[in-house]
Amino acid sequence: MTALLEVRGLDVRFAGAAASVVKDVSFDVQPGECIGIVGESGSGKSVTARAVLGLASRTATVRAETLRFDGTDLQAASPRLLRQLRGKEIGFVSQGALVALDPLRTVGREIGDALRLHTDLSPTERRARVLELLAEVGVPEPRVRADQRADQLSGGLRQRAIIASAIALRPRLLIADEPTTALDSTVQAGILDLLESLRAQGTALVLISHDLAVVSRLASTVLVMRGGTVVESGNTARVLGDPQHDYTRQLIAAVPTDRPRGTRLGAAPRPAALSPGAPTAAASSGNSGVMPATIAFEAETPVRPSLTPEFAKDAPFDGATTPAETTDATADVVLEASGLVRRFGSRTAVDDVGFVLRRGRTLGVVGESGSGKTTVARLVLALERADSGTVRVLGERWSESTERERRRLRPRIGAIYQDALSSFDPRWTVGQIIEDALTRGRSRRAGEDAAHLLDRVGLGPELLGRRPRLLSGGQQQRVAIARAIAPRPDIIVCDEPVSSLDVSVQAQVLDLLDDLQASLGISYLFISHDLGVIRHVSDDVLVMRAGAVVEGGNTESVFLRPSHEYTRALLDSAPRLPARAAAT
Amino acid sequence: MVRRLGPLEVAAVATIALLALAALAPGVLAPGDPLAIDPLSSFESPSFAHPFGTDESGRDIYTRVVHGTGASLLIGLAATAIGIGLALAFGLLAGFGPRWLDFGTTRVIEVLFAFPGLLFALLFIVVYGPGVVTSTIAVGLSTAPGYARIIRSQVIRVRTSPYLEAATVLGRGRTARIVRHVLPNVAGALFVLATLGIGQSIVWASSLSYLGLGAVPPAAEWGAMLSAGRTYIASFWWMTFFPGLFIVLSAAATTLLGRSLQQNVRAS
Repeated sequence: MTALLEVRGLDVRFAGAAASVVKDVSFDVQPGECIGIVGESGSGKSVTARAVLGLASRTATVRAETLRFDGTDLQAASPRLLRQLRGKEIGFVSQGALVALDPLRTVGREIGDALRLHTDLSPTERRARVLELLAEVGVPEPRVRADQRADQLSGGLRQRAIIASAIALRPRLLIADEPTTALDSTVQAGILDLLESLRAQGTALVLISHDLAVVSRLASTVLVMRGGTVVESGNTARVLGDPQHDYTRQLIAAVPTDRPRGTRLGAAPRPAALSPGAPTAAASSGNSGVMPATIAFEAETPVRPSLTPEFAKDAPFDGATTPAETTDATADVVLEASGLVRRFGSRTAVDDVGFVLRRGRTLGVVGESGSGKTTVARLVLALERADSGTVRVLGERWSESTERERRRLRPRIGAIYQDALSSFDPRWTVGQIIEDALTRGRSRRAGEDAAHLLDRVGLGPELLGRRPRLLSGGQQQRVAIARAIAPRPDIIVCDEPVSSLDVSVQAQVLDLLDDLQASLGISYLFISHDLGVIRHVSDDVLVMRAGAVVEGGNTESVFLRPSHEYTRALLDSAPRLPARAAAT
Repeated sequence: MVRRLGPLEVAAVATIALLALAALAPGVLAPGDPLAIDPLSSFESPSFAHPFGTDESGRDIYTRVVHGTGASLLIGLAATAIGIGLALAFGLLAGFGPRWLDFGTTRVIEVLFAFPGLLFALLFIVVYGPGVVTSTIAVGLSTAPGYARIIRSQVIRVRTSPYLEAATVLGRGRTARIVRHVLPNVAGALFVLATLGIGQSIVWASSLSYLGLGAVPPAAEWGAMLSAGRTYIASFWWMTFFPGLFIVLSAAATTLLGRSLQQNVRAS
């Protein structure tokens, strides 16, 4: 069988860059086949897709030994022919479903464009075809939706509309670049089902994602890319089940899905000094199922195993709160919320939410976008006023106090955010940011300075003079964590702290948070849409939907025996690695 | 991060440096007395002895232009300072005060915006009488609403930023947040605004002097010199040309520099 798309020795280099961003990439796509390209940001996966489409940026030089679509040499093709192919034969679903539609045009016109350019259909016929397409991709009430603009549609509907426009001309090949990245897991599941049904009908698919679990659901062949080269490729089950390359193994190990609390995700071992009193969870699961310590992640350079025994001795709650106590249900309550309600206009964002957070424990809050998770975080931090209900911090009045009264307690409850960078004053250096937070702390210890704190979060002192925007995403989040722990808080509210990080960096940050909890006895209120992350970090979990808590309790029992149907739906929708791979 | 300066920007900086020298030490560039009259050599066209020519009383226009720099620039700077100062107060009130105050100040600014600036300045002078001080204040007042609007939006941008929220979470009070975060982060935009505004203020102050509402002859001020030369413009062009040239030069140089700063601020 001849391949539909044949790529041999693809090489892409940007003008002025020393090295190629894509080096010697080869793959074939057969009709009706789905191949997946997996890699972290900067691995060259998107550039590869764009180069194939002839959409690489103007400054890029694309070279390949072979670049053929259905026998046509794409390198020799005229721009006109390429345009023809792109519309008719090759569909493209881009990343950023939320911005790929023109906000001033209706969805129907947007999809109709492809038909107008490439077919002779009359406007009435086009309209009929658009409605058919919308129905086909599972948009409810296509007649209504076709006349709406992008901002009137949810993220999932927008992504479906984009897919509808990409398949309008029945392309034989569909290239989807991170088609579900910005979407909730139940929505993501729907989109993946849609792509799968297109594939079953004979459309070849190239699926690009940073998410191994997403790719493993659809692709029969997978390419793992790193630094512009394919480090491993082959049958999906084989690659995930029996990875040959270290990097593939790291990627698989770093996925937190189904990995219970206490397991480490990253390569660095937990420093021995950090587990005084041998916390049960850490000891039992130990390093089993984790990579050998010799494999270091290079994605995140200055990460050093840093927590030396002196630090552990320095810890404020030493002895008083060893992690062993975290299993003790009578441990003191540090944060208590009851009957929280917050309305925005007629919409109830948070509806009667209550919970208790104990010292040294983690309460996970999981839900899809719009479920009110972030509003709960803001209510807890008293950045938002509750319409009713109360929050008590360390047993003291909090939500009903004035800001002036709260200020005394503020240093005891910290926060880290999804977008660490924007939470730093753009004029400040890393050193200033941490120094500033240190001055807010309770009795500052001698010798405790910004460099010391950076060390605790695994960063070197050479970063002190840098500005955060010049750091990598993982480093930025580490600086945010250093700032959060500087005032020696009892509680840290973590709002999607790892959601914008690559999976291996995410693993390191989660491990860091875990270590800090073990050594400092901090309690986390941990908010995430990612079930895998929540399961990995939380002792207890709250499942939120439309502002209300639908289910709560011990994490393992909620995940293993969900009692609410929404929780079950949420769990089912989460893409996961095949069982064998996860156990490796 | 700073872009390399283009030739125009280099010229602007050089012009400003020269103007600053003229303002601070006019004697270095023009040792003569700007008010010394010499009736015998009145209305002389530009020559080696009088590069810019002489006026109706035989005063050397070059000397007068150089010595007038101080007054013109000072008026421009002072007016801008008044405008920006007022605007900063307004902007902080609007950005940090209660909502009704923001609403109130914003409406007042919008009403002031409805008047052409110069008209507003004239109105002020009609009430308080002409003179250098009143014309400076008038120019400052009339430019304030424009600045206030921009500063308010900048203050609100910083106030609603995640890093200000992070400061709140750390337990910083309002004053500390304003001093530590808002002012430094608004300062960049403010500096650009001020640089752009000086040129405009110089032009406006000169306009008022030209109308006889600011500095009055025989004071060596560019606007006043323009006014004095107006009568003779048909026969003795240099009397108006050179003071006018300097108004244009100073306004153009400061504006160019402001634009370039603006681009640098945006780029970073």
